[in-house]
Formats: sequence, structure tokens, C-alpha cells
Amino acid sequence: MTAAEKPIADKPSSDISARQDPAGAAALSIEGVSHSYGARRALIDVSFDVAPASFTALLGLNGAGKSTLFSLITRLFGIQTGRIGIFGHDISRAPGEALRLLGVVFQPRTLDLDLSVTQNLLYHAALHGISRREARLRSGEVLARIALSDRAGSKVRDLSGGQMRRLEIARALLHRPRLLLLDEATVGLDVKARSDILNHVRQLVSEQGIGVLWATHLFDEITASDDLVVLHQGKVLARGQVSRVIADTGAQDINTAFMRLTGAVGKGVSEAS
Amino acid sequence: MSSITVTPSRRGFSFAEYITCLNGIVWREALRFLHQRERFISALVRPLVWLFIFAAGFRQVLGISIIPPYETYILYEVYIAPGLMAMIQLFNGMQSSLSMVYDREMGNMRTLLVSPLPRGYLLFCKLLAGTAVSLLQVYAFLVIAWLWDITPPPIGYLTVLPALVLSGLMLGALGMLISSGIKQLENFAGVMNFVIFPMFFASSALYPLWRVQEGSPMLYYVCQLNPFTHAVELIRFALYGQINWISLGVVAGCTAVFMIGAILAYDPSRGLARRGPAGGET
Repeated sequence: MTAAEKPIADKPSSDISARQDPAGAAALSIEGVSHSYGARRALIDVSFDVAPASFTALLGLNGAGKSTLFSLITRLFGIQTGRIGIFGHDISRAPGEALRLLGVVFQPRTLDLDLSVTQNLLYHAALHGISRREARLRSGEVLARIALSDRAGSKVRDLSGGQMRRLEIARALLHRPRLLLLDEATVGLDVKARSDILNHVRQLVSEQGIGVLWATHLFDEITASDDLVVLHQGKVLARGQVSRVIADTGAQDINTAFMRLTGAVGKGVSEAS
Repeated sequence: MSSITVTPSRRGFSFAEYITCLNGIVWREALRFLHQRERFISALVRPLVWLFIFAAGFRQVLGISIIPPYETYILYEVYIAPGLMAMIQLFNGMQSSLSMVYDREMGNMRTLLVSPLPRGYLLFCKLLAGTAVSLLQVYAFLVIAWLWDITPPPIGYLTVLPALVLSGLMLGALGMLISSGIKQLENFAGVMNFVIFPMFFASSALYPLWRVQEGSPMLYYVCQLNPFTHAVELIRFALYGQINWISLGVVAGCTAVFMIGAILAYDPSRGLARRGPAGGET
């Protein structure tokens, strides 16, 4: 590994892994994960942690490997190399225990457009073994929280893009997970819808102590106090608190820091801008 | 990097959780079916066309001698009714697997697959749900057939149920096994030509096997090896309160083999991996 490729901020002042839950496990632990599609390497020795009750941004251009990583964490793909743990439960060895603690919002819409808002929630609850009565109670609560109570009986295809995303987040929280993954959750939304969703997710971190991994390629969704993982061409180029990453690259802002990091491996600057 | 330290989390799942999951998947499948009225109508029209038109035309051409489970001479419409019931299930099984390929391509399948319950169990629930939907169609067909004077003994409507469940599972599992090998939706048209039509026509659904043997001994053996033939015969005997043990054994065995094969072969990443580069997801 060259100096340029070596992840910077490996031991930041507010080390992500230092903040763990009372039992001592990181919300998400990724160790030495590599993945290939035939000859094409999508992920190369990726390692990082997400602490409980933290907001971690996974920043990378399109094609960086973010969605592949999400597919591995959610067990949609089998792990080829390395290991992934959710609150200490190995996703390969104890998938049931791991997935029980995980909520996911995928990049493509995964709602059933022909079912109503409530029916989508009840279906998700059933897939987690939650009884119909309990599911109805929780559905009412989450719909109230995302201001969609009045659309409970509407077909999903009649909702706006922002409402669908809010519903997907509500659905991902229905089984009360402790780790939430969101893959480019604001893509295709207007400015207000983006802001609402981001604020809602940040509230979940501060008020409910949920660990969040937020995959994005948009710099303005990241704040200085967030934890950051920069993924580029399948490799982790930097990890640590955003302010630390910026300082270590000698940049003034995350935009410039990202350019310098990705420029260090030769490509992507024009794409990022 | 933290060492792996386990946070206590409830291990395993209770019986009630398994049942809740099964109920949810069957409920969703039934809702989708009821929302798609065209699918329901076309599922009924297909066998009815065979019953009202094909059977009426061939009634005089094809004579049916007395063969078990029938105790007297029967009309051709009566003979092909069990074959048409199995045909409903055959098409439904393929339709279910088609919808699985569609769900996989559209992303809906991810909702199912990130459930913490065992993946094999989830796929089994999908199969049961597809079978439940096929039962609705078959019983709707039986009601119309009754009006057309196809009247098996009343107890037959009950005794045929387990046979329909088993044959529905077998054909659903076969559909799932086929869908596990299909990379994209467009390839599914080939299933019609290479699976559904050969299975249906090379069986005892439309003509008794002794008739086939007279015409072509080779085709007779092909029909005997066709699991669909045994699904038809299992249903035919069950509709008259009897059990065809050979057919029961073949259908049960094929159900187990297809189901295990489908669960082992089902790779959720197949459609997703293809979507990745094309859809901007990597």
C-alpha cells in the first residue's frame, strides 16, 4: 500500500470504535471485506466501524462500491472475503440475530406500489414476526411520526417521491432496529424533501440512539461532527470524524478534502465536481 | 477496529413468529392477486376455453373407456377437468416464479430477503402463498364446472384439497427452480415454450395414457416420466375420494427435490448484480 492509498485519520481523536454500546460491540463492524464481480474488484479490503448512536456518512462517487457494501451487510450477497458484524453478531454465522437489529433503506424503491401505506408496513412487520395487533399499533406510531397518518389507506403509487422515502424509513424502523442503513436515500428528491429526511434521520440518532450509516455522494449532507468513511474505487481512503479528515488533508472543507483524497489515486475529481 | 463483542440479542424465533411471517406472506400474495383482476379472470378463462370449446369439439372424436377412478363411461369434459385443474396450478406456479423474477428486478424482493427469518423458510412461505392463490382459482373453476354438469361426489371437493396443495407446491417449486436460473425477465418467455407446453401436452391431462401408448409408445414413456402427469392423476383420483399411490409418491418426491433445489439454487444477487452497473448501483 502506498502512502497515498493508506487510509488517513486511522486513529482520529474521537475514534469511532472507541464509542461502543454498553456490551462493547460496535453497531457495525466491517473487517477486511473484499468483493469481486468476476474479474472486476468492487471492494478491496474494506474495514471500518459504525458506533452506536452515531451518524456515519459513507461518501463515494457512483461506482465506488457503496451499494455492493450494503448488499453484503444485508446478506443479499454472500461474503467472499472478510467479516461483517452487527452489534457483534456475525452476518454469515448468525444472520437472524444480526438482521433483527438492522433496518435498511435501499437505493431503489422497494415498496409494493399496489398495496396501501398501512399494508406495506403490516407486511414488513409480519416478515419480522411481529403480530398483527402489535404491528397496527406500531404502524400508527410511525405514520404519525412521519406525518403520513392521513395517507394510511392510500396506495403507495399515489404518494410523492419524498413521502415514499419517508415511508421506507418508517418501515425500516418498524421492528425497532439499533442500526439503520440508508443507501443514497435522498436521490431524486427536491431540496425540502432531502432536508426533511436528513433531519429526521439525525433526530433518530440523537433521540433514539440509533447508529446510522448514510451512503451518499452529496457533500452538503455531511456536517463537521459526523463520522466519515471515504470509499473510492472499492477502497477506504479515509475514516474518522469529518473535521479530522479535513484537517489531515490540509483542506478547508469536505469538498476539497474529497478531491484531494480521490485525486491521490488518480481519478474521479471531475466526476465529484 | 473493535474486536467482535456480542451484544445480547434474542436467539432464534418462536413458533408464533414463524406463523406470523407465513400469514403475512400469504396475505400479501392474496392481496396482490385480488388487486390484479385481469390475472384472476385470465386464470379462469384459460381452462374454461378448453372446457367449453376444446372439450365440446373433441367429445365425439375421443371416446373414453371405463378407467379408474371412473366407474362408468364419462363425457370427455369430465375426463379433462382434473387436467385443467392441474393446468391452472401449472400456470400459476410459472406466474408466481415470473413475479419473483420481476420482484427481484424491481427491488421488492429485497424486502423479503432482509427478513431475519431463515431464507429457506421465507422461500417456502412464498411457495405456500402461491399454492394458496392457485387453490382460489381451482375452486372457482370447480364452481363453474359444476354448472357445466361436471359433478364429482360432494366429498371429492374436500378430498381433492390435499392433492391440490401437494401438486401446487410441486409446480410452484418447479417454477421457483426455473426462475433461479433466469437472469432477466425477458428470458421468461422461453419458459412457455420449453416448460409449460411440453409438460401439459405430454401428460394425461387431455387424453388417457393408454390412448397415447397406442399412438406412440415412446411418447407414452415420456408422459410416464412427466411429473405433471402424476399431478393430474393424483388430482383425478382425489376428486373421486381415492388415492393413486404411485402418483402420490412421485409428486411428493418431486416436490421435495424441486423445493430443495430451488432453495439451494435461489441466488438473490443474480438480478441485483446485473442491475448494479446498469442502474448505477455498485
